[in-house]
Amino acid sequence: MKKIEAIIKPFKLEEVKDRLRQVGVSGMTVYEVKGFGRTGGKTEVYRGSAYVVDFVPKVRLEVVVPDSMAADVVAAISAAAKTGKIGDGKIFVTPIEEAVRIRTGERNEDAV
Amino acid sequence: MRNVALGHSPNQKDFDMTKTIPRIALFLAFAAAILVITTRPSSADEPPAAAPPAAAAPAAAAPAAAAPAAPAAAAPTTAELAARLADVEAYVNNSEPKGAYDAKGGTKGVSGPGHNAWMMTSSALVLFMTLPGLALFYGGLVRRKNVLSVMAQCLGCAGLVTFLWWLVGYSFVFGKGGALGGLLGSTQFAFLKGVDAAPNGDYAYWVSQNVFSMYQLMFAIITPALIVGAIAERMKYSAIMAFILLWMFIVYFPLAHMVWGVDGMMNGVWNAGAKIHAIDFAGGTVVHMSSGWSALILCLILGKRKGFGQRAFLPHSLVLTMVGTGMLWVGWYGFNAGSAVAADGVAANAFMTTTIATAIACCVWPLLEWITRGKPTILGFCSGAVAGLVVITPATGFVNATGAVIIGVLAGAVPFFACTKLKSMFQYDDALDTFGVHAVGGTMGALVTGFLATADVNANLKTNLSGLVGHGLWLEQLKAIGVTLALAIGGTVVIAMIVKATIGLRPTVENEETGLDETDHGESGYHYDEAAG
Repeated sequence: MKKIEAIIKPFKLEEVKDRLRQVGVSGMTVYEVKGFGRTGGKTEVYRGSAYVVDFVPKVRLEVVVPDSMAADVVAAISAAAKTGKIGDGKIFVTPIEEAVRIRTGERNEDAV
Repeated sequence: MRNVALGHSPNQKDFDMTKTIPRIALFLAFAAAILVITTRPSSADEPPAAAPPAAAAPAAAAPAAAAPAAPAAAAPTTAELAARLADVEAYVNNSEPKGAYDAKGGTKGVSGPGHNAWMMTSSALVLFMTLPGLALFYGGLVRRKNVLSVMAQCLGCAGLVTFLWWLVGYSFVFGKGGALGGLLGSTQFAFLKGVDAAPNGDYAYWVSQNVFSMYQLMFAIITPALIVGAIAERMKYSAIMAFILLWMFIVYFPLAHMVWGVDGMMNGVWNAGAKIHAIDFAGGTVVHMSSGWSALILCLILGKRKGFGQRAFLPHSLVLTMVGTGMLWVGWYGFNAGSAVAADGVAANAFMTTTIATAIACCVWPLLEWITRGKPTILGFCSGAVAGLVVITPATGFVNATGAVIIGVLAGAVPFFACTKLKSMFQYDDALDTFGVHAVGGTMGALVTGFLATADVNANLKTNLSGLVGHGLWLEQLKAIGVTLALAIGGTVVIAMIVKATIGLRPTVENEETGLDETDHGESGYHYDEAAG
């Protein structure tokens, strides 16, 4: 099993969700997060006061899938979340040791 | 803020001086031109225009001076006293003062303090309906990311329409003898020239014309602001403002003149020569039908919100919506009872019928929800109250308490089905139910006014309509509905197409998903944490 975490632009969430459904992902967890990457902070002015914006609002979504699906899921997220402009986000893939469905006690691939 | 970090918005700090200076110069030149136009001595074609302002001030001061001077002068004759008493009675009865003893301190050209006080209060109440009543009502119904965009649209209406009203709007609605006959007013009051503290007897014997013009301005502000509800969350701010600018000239000013202008073609109460003898007490056609039907057409041309039908667009704060509803209800007393343009018996009747119809509709709508869906909702109470206010509007000064009860029941039921059944049947994205409440309610109100109006509560119905009230008046109402529909629908199609072809109507998909608060205004309604600094 693999956990795939993607940090994307908030307005792309619906598109990514629809695309993941198409490749067979049946569930996901979504967080509203803030952060910055290579671009770093930007100076903004509001009512004459300058300030530096470090953290940009993003959405982080998390799915856990069987190893066989991981490549498809990464490709789907990449395609759906891409605008070509800076700030499109990143995808991280990590191995998962164990999964349990609490209600039934099912384990691993049966549980995701 | 967010869009800057996403890398496609100009940095506001580094503004371009080479562009800014010519812009400032252009603005100053425009301001100077306006000043020259408005302060120039009155032109030859309108010689009396400059006279009223000069004459009105001493006239207004005269009654105060007259009282202490009276004992020193020769004793007045009985005839003189009778004439002056008649003028005071005219004030109490809201009829025309004869002004026979004007030179000695009569009342001609003087506003009546009681009527004026009520109309200034009413003006403030009607503005209160938009700012913040409607802004909160609509603001609560949209998603969190669009709350400020709705407020900006309401504020923008207040600013833009006031400017247009001063420019020529008031004159196009209430000016007499326009080139287009009963369709549009004249330019006699352009730049509010000659609109001063003296009453204009065509509209009110005892209310200062400047108060009257400000009162009517508040209606002109709330009408386009109502349209915002149908197109909320998905129209660019620039496009909305451009649309409203054109809409005021093409739809509102002509329609308001037709219905309320003293020589308007649909002013059945006061214009004996009207082509359509319709009645509309406080704006069922002018305000609610025009905005509601225009809203439907604009919402169809604009298209649905992204994700319509797949995602729930839930109100982000029904608390704000409820607060806004209360303000609308309170403000509506100025709208309806104020439309008597006097603190008289007609206003008193309007005050009562407004209360009864609204309270009943406010119960009927949630009751129907309770029966059909198991629970009465806060949005149902709020929608019912607003629907009641909308439907009683054209009838409020013409019907009695029983009529108000009938209207209240209809107002709670018919718009309820429009908002729940009709909308899902035809799948149009009337985001905040402007069409369901204002167009459906306004149209129904205009029609039932024709059936329920009675001269018992409003003697003015005997002036030009004695043969129609209680008989064929509803047919005249149907004709007025037809004209309103044609103008609102036709005008909106043309204006929306013009705006679409020039600056475009919709924001980018990214901006729509990010929220218009951030992308159109660079602000957020709520900051739950300060992590962003």
